[in-house]
Amino acid sequence: MAKPKLKQHVINREWCKGCGICAHFCPKDVLEMDEKDKAVVKRPEDCICCKLCEIRCPDLALDVETE
Amino acid sequence: MAVKDYIRERFFPHMWCPGCGHGIVLNSLLRAVERLGMSKNEIVMVSGIGCSSRISGYVDFHTLHTIHGRALAFATGVKLGQPELNIIVPMGDGDALSIGGNHFIHAARRNIDLTAIVMNNRIYGMTGGQYSPLSGYGTMATTAPYSNIDQDFDVVDLSIAAGAAFVARTTVYHAKQMADILMKAIIHEGFSVVEVMTQCPTYFGRKNRAGDAVDMMEHMKEITTPIGSKAKEKNPDLLERGIFVQKEIPEYCQEYERIIERAQADVS
Ligand SMILES: Cc1ncc(C[n+]2csc(CCOP(=O)(O)OP(=O)(O)O)c2C)c(N)n1
Ligand code: SF4
Ligand code: SF4
Ligand code: SF4
Repeated sequence: MAKPKLKQHVINREWCKGCGICAHFCPKDVLEMDEKDKAVVKRPEDCICCKLCEIRCPDLALDVETE
Repeated sequence: MAVKDYIRERFFPHMWCPGCGHGIVLNSLLRAVERLGMSKNEIVMVSGIGCSSRISGYVDFHTLHTIHGRALAFATGVKLGQPELNIIVPMGDGDALSIGGNHFIHAARRNIDLTAIVMNNRIYGMTGGQYSPLSGYGTMATTAPYSNIDQDFDVVDLSIAAGAAFVARTTVYHAKQMADILMKAIIHEGFSVVEVMTQCPTYFGRKNRAGDAVDMMEHMKEITTPIGSKAKEKNPDLLERGIFVQKEIPEYCQEYERIIERAQADVS
């Protein structure tokens, strides 16, 4: 199976509560928390589309869309 | 169907605190249901009272939000009335095993086809941090300001002893494993118990200086190991996670159906 390719991360800023779980456990350090304590994508080029951030988000605020 | 099609978006953002593990249980459960390709109409979620029990408000299945400790009693009624439906019963540790402890052991003993999820944050979240039968010796709680002297239940051992047909343990850190286990638990015919170790950063975390949600999840990684691992041999204190029991034994609704047939044969 071909490796999935990242289209984009979709972060719902209304739902994100800034727990930092996605950013902390990302194996590639792709995500960060911004000054408003919301998750943001900092290094999309490093994303391996493992979707761990998506499945661990307690607020269903983050989707990893692949091609 | 996409995961978002299984929720009631109008109630989001949900009521749980930032980093509350209950949201990760919801997340993994939705993925399990999506992967099973189930329709919303074939699932009934029955919950009691607690932060954990609020999960039934967020899923777009048939849902019943009932009373504290009695979710399994209501679920038993639903299942006997409509045995073709899949019944999922998420419970807090207090809900499942203090006030609901008796319902829990007897549902397991009868082997009625329900999927019980024990969302174990080791504390009463909703009412402000009282200790539960799963808090464990030496933990701090609002009702144990000098530390708790109660021993805790082991949910897995208890469920096995009570006769459950499917028994598993996982954690919210291991969310992918949780989704896999939940899939198997849902399709297993019989009483299935999945203990999910989860975090209440607001009460358990603060009272026990366990840090924030991230720290509490790191801790789950450290204190657990897959069933039968080498690590367990070296360190017997590690908690095993995975599927402990998966057995076929007579299921209650099917047995009940036979009783009805026998009774009808008797009168005709
Ligand atoms: C009969 C009854 N007794 C007590 C309560 C108060 N009460 C509400 S939730 C709860 C415990 C919640 O703890 P748990 O079940 O572990 O769920 P959590 O909130 O931690 O998810 C209690 C004691 C109640 N609602 N009904
Ligand atoms: S895990 Fe979810 S809620 Fe937490 S910071 Fe990331 S996107 Fe926000
Ligand atoms: S998909 Fe994996 S690698 Fe990409 S941001 Fe999420 S956790 Fe990081
Ligand atoms: S009090 Fe605890 S269990 Fe309840 S929502 Fe907050 S973190 Fe979750």
